[in-house]
Amino acid sequence: MLVLASLSPALHAQTDCLSCHGDVTLQDGAGHNVGVDGNVFHSSVHSDLGCSACHSSITAYPHPDHPQAVKCVACHAEEAAKLVGSVHEHSADQPCTTCHGTAHAILPKDNPKSEVYPLNIPATCGKCHGDAAMAKQHHLANVYPQYMDSIHGYAVSQEGLLVAANCESCHGSHHVLSHTNPQSPTYRTAIPATCGKCHGGILTQYMAGIHGQAMASGNQKAPVCTDCHTAHTIARPTMAQSTPVCGSCHQAQLSTYRDTFHSQVSDLGSYVAVARCSDCHGEHEILPASDPRSPVNSANLVKTCGRCHQNANAGFVKYEPHANPHNRRLYPVLYYIRLFMVLLITGVMTFFLLHSLLWLIRSLIEKAHGGPAKGDK
Amino acid sequence: MSDPTSSAREIKLPVLATTASGKAEEHPAERHFTRFTLLQRYMHAIMFVTFLGLAATGLTIRFSTNAWAQHFALAIGGFGTILFLHKFCAVILSLEFLYHVQNIAVRVLVRKEKGLLWGPDSMVPNLKDAKDIIGNFRWFFGRGPKPKLERYAYWEKFDYWSVFWGMIIIGLSGYVMWFGPFFGKFLPGWALNAVQIVHGEEALLAATFIFSIHFINAHLRPDNFPMDTTIFTGTQTEEEFKERHPEEYDRLMAEGRLEQKVTTKPPTWLLNFSKVTGFTAVLIGILLLVLSVSAYFRE
Repeated sequence: MLVLASLSPALHAQTDCLSCHGDVTLQDGAGHNVGVDGNVFHSSVHSDLGCSACHSSITAYPHPDHPQAVKCVACHAEEAAKLVGSVHEHSADQPCTTCHGTAHAILPKDNPKSEVYPLNIPATCGKCHGDAAMAKQHHLANVYPQYMDSIHGYAVSQEGLLVAANCESCHGSHHVLSHTNPQSPTYRTAIPATCGKCHGGILTQYMAGIHGQAMASGNQKAPVCTDCHTAHTIARPTMAQSTPVCGSCHQAQLSTYRDTFHSQVSDLGSYVAVARCSDCHGEHEILPASDPRSPVNSANLVKTCGRCHQNANAGFVKYEPHANPHNRRLYPVLYYIRLFMVLLITGVMTFFLLHSLLWLIRSLIEKAHGGPAKGDK
Repeated sequence: MSDPTSSAREIKLPVLATTASGKAEEHPAERHFTRFTLLQRYMHAIMFVTFLGLAATGLTIRFSTNAWAQHFALAIGGFGTILFLHKFCAVILSLEFLYHVQNIAVRVLVRKEKGLLWGPDSMVPNLKDAKDIIGNFRWFFGRGPKPKLERYAYWEKFDYWSVFWGMIIIGLSGYVMWFGPFFGKFLPGWALNAVQIVHGEEALLAATFIFSIHFINAHLRPDNFPMDTTIFTGTQTEEEFKERHPEEYDRLMAEGRLEQKVTTKPPTWLLNFSKVTGFTAVLIGILLLVLSVSAYFRE
């Protein structure tokens, strides 16, 4: 009696309920499991609450056969308010327990066993967003495998870094918005700030560069972080992939780069260092060539080219790495040199192919008329 | 220009004389005549081996976006190997070219050889070549007899001079690219761009021309298909001589110098070796031609 009297009213109620529901195999008339593991519940975040705090329609025993559904919103109004307008608001597929785990086993989010502990969040979201069928049904990319293979996913799953970006870091938790929603942290123009929450130094460089400036001035075509790095794969476009990445916008420059020895080395590659876009133009703080701080400003070319080409000098750096010999207006000399070479190839090959063909025909005719033409004098 | 008959350095293979002597008696009627000296045959051999090496590596660089180029580069060790082989072959071919020029210069200026720069044995084009071109086209259309060709047919002279010109153009532009910072000190800015275009396009012409026209004219002509081995063995039969260079044959006969050209039949191993080597080169060339031409028209 002394022990019972010292128990809080909540625990008292739990004990009463658990006298039946403590049987984890207990089923209701419809066959649903209504058993509760008391030990699990007592270590959950809600252990201080009595059963009726959530199951509020039950006030006496015997209770009705069909008690009302539990509403988390009754206590968690703030979170519920955030859910309004989010991508998860209307779907019946995602009650709170989808993310927070079994109702009676919910743990605080700083508990490493919690479903929403930072290191567990990718797996939790991946229950739906790693499901190819679900992704297809909702017209979403199946992003979980991409994320898990990325440097962020690696940092979370292999290195156990709490500071590494998990889903929530970029998308938020209760108020997840589509990237098409201007309020979303993953909306195009919001992305630099979102990534910049962690990558602050890069954000500063990016905003100082021509891409960041264009983005800030409202140019919708200006690239943001995900245009080069992708959202979930987090590519490192420093190596061979960089040229198609930059070239997806700078098509003319990619085309002229393809004509150069730099590109040819890059294509045949393997273990040879060669200039790709960022080696000359820089990465995050890309500046126009007219800017004296730009590595491709004419005053800096000897130094920039000299990083690979020893003995680079003022004459050498007059080489035009993006020359277009098809453009007569900008590169008249190269245009006519190329034209001459093409005409030379065409002329020589046409003449001699014709010569050989006629020769072959004549030889065949002479063979048909009895022997080669040696007597034909 | 480098004509064997007027060269003081006529080289004969002693091996040929002994091994072929028995067989020559079996066919006393078929005589063999020297057309190329041993030096010329070696020069051609060094040239075609290095040229194939240059073409295989150069076309790989030129068409680097193609899967075949990338697989080939990967298979032999990546770009580093490709460029090393390209430069290696280039240096050897350059040395050969310089040796040839030196050889011609000595023969013309020091030994005062006649007929090297002008005349029927010369590589320099003359009026007869123009007449032969017209005559050959008349013959192609059945409007006249087959022209009687001298020692070097006009297409052979074209082969020689296109290689001569090509070596200067491709070679110089190649060295400018190789030593870019050095040449940058004297050349105007656009020149570094220009050499890249000139090197690539002239080399493409050289490869396309050699792998089709030269192969057809010099090795795969209908009347000596599948392989003319003269440049490998250095000899031609009397029948071949009379058919291919009737004017030279008649001239030497009239001058009484024909007998000086008679040599022994090349040994069987040399003939077989020539056919295998020649055919291998032709097959490699045709493969490169097909890959390059298809890549060129897909650009």
